[in-house]
Amino acid sequence: MKRLLTLVFCLCTFAGFAAEPTEGGKKEEAFNPGEMILHHIGDSHEWHWFSTDNNHFTSYLPIIAYRPGKGLSVFSSKKLAAEVHLSEEETPSRKRAAGGSHFEGPEYDGLALREGELVTTDGSKVYDFSLTKNAVALLGSGLLMLVVFTSIAGSYKKNAGRAPKGIQSFFEPIIIFIRDEVAKKSIGPKYERYMPYLLTVFFFIWFNNLLGLTPGAANLTGNIAVTFTLAILTLLITLFSSNKNYWGHIFNTPGVPKPLLLIMIPVELIGVVVKPFSLMVRLFANITAGHIVILSFISLIFIFKSPAVAPISLAFGLFINVLELLVAILQAYIFTLLTAMYIGGAVEEHHHDEEHSLDLQTGHADSVIPSPAAH
Amino acid sequence: MLLSLLLQIANATGLAVFGAAIGAGLVALGAGLGIGRIGGQAMEAIGRQPEASGKIQTAMLIVAALIEGLALFAVVVCLLISFKL
Repeated sequence: MKRLLTLVFCLCTFAGFAAEPTEGGKKEEAFNPGEMILHHIGDSHEWHWFSTDNNHFTSYLPIIAYRPGKGLSVFSSKKLAAEVHLSEEETPSRKRAAGGSHFEGPEYDGLALREGELVTTDGSKVYDFSLTKNAVALLGSGLLMLVVFTSIAGSYKKNAGRAPKGIQSFFEPIIIFIRDEVAKKSIGPKYERYMPYLLTVFFFIWFNNLLGLTPGAANLTGNIAVTFTLAILTLLITLFSSNKNYWGHIFNTPGVPKPLLLIMIPVELIGVVVKPFSLMVRLFANITAGHIVILSFISLIFIFKSPAVAPISLAFGLFINVLELLVAILQAYIFTLLTAMYIGGAVEEHHHDEEHSLDLQTGHADSVIPSPAAH
Repeated sequence: MLLSLLLQIANATGLAVFGAAIGAGLVALGAGLGIGRIGGQAMEAIGRQPEASGKIQTAMLIVAALIEGLALFAVVVCLLISFKL
């Protein structure tokens, strides 16, 4: 019985039977993989869940636009939505009617969408504060984190002094890991002040990376604006908690002969900015690249228009998807670790020795990853 | 003959995209070399001292992520070129 059910399951889910249904009277558009991939990893004013042959299941998100002189306009993006699957005869007339500047869909209240961007029909300035897909995903994941972590905090209060149960017992090892391995080792004795930020950054990136891998999800951490914000927060926290020792290391790097300081100072100053910049690009590129690879493997099936490609394509896609699960937590850990190291560098107290060169007694140079707690 | 075919394709798609494609391949090569080296050294170190394998593994993962970050910088540049941004 179990083998029969297994066989039925395998038959039903075997993707090799999937075939493109040929349309009768409708003109097929050529499959454009670049456009499909960019649409999936990019932001959008509507949340497109999935499409069947004739129906597109989309949630139309609100557009909130401010125009100086006209004020705030709030309306559903359905009014600006492009009507897809138009045949070639119908589209040219609409494009001509819109003044030849090729809006995606109908215009409403003087606003229209051009290549996903909100523009005015007469070219004046508009500030787009819309709740786009990524903004809604951000609010949603924020709510999820709020629910999860307030329940953990509540159960800590309830189970004071007793063994942890439930969701608390799942997250406790991770929180302890961040506290002991990341914060204490990199920041040293003053780590407690920065624990909230480190924990928030870790779980925010991890949850959003994982959520982005689910079908129909928004690619939030692959949005460079989001990673830019996280990097800016790291930079601000580093700068605001820096002490004289930190700036002394930048403007007067110890152990460096005086003439070389002329090169070292600009390099160190650029380094202050480049380090958060690299955090931003690393997270953005890792997550976006993973999504692009998975989507490319699926597009292979549509490019070759043959179900025979499906087993290989799905096998590779599955492998990359599982790898992305590892990348999700690894990138969150790396971001948190590097943030902790930069903060540690900023709050580091002055060491006993003046020269950070070869230690004659023990014979080993300063380690690449400084651990102020060890001194 | 293969080279002339390659040059024909380069002419058709545009030299910039051709350069971006070669660049992306070189990036993969560089990242593979770097991470392979660190993986090899880590294996050796674990073989010499199995008790330290936890620390070595952690350090290896950190360095691999840093190298991968650098590789992805270059991939982003190649993508920017090929989408002509």
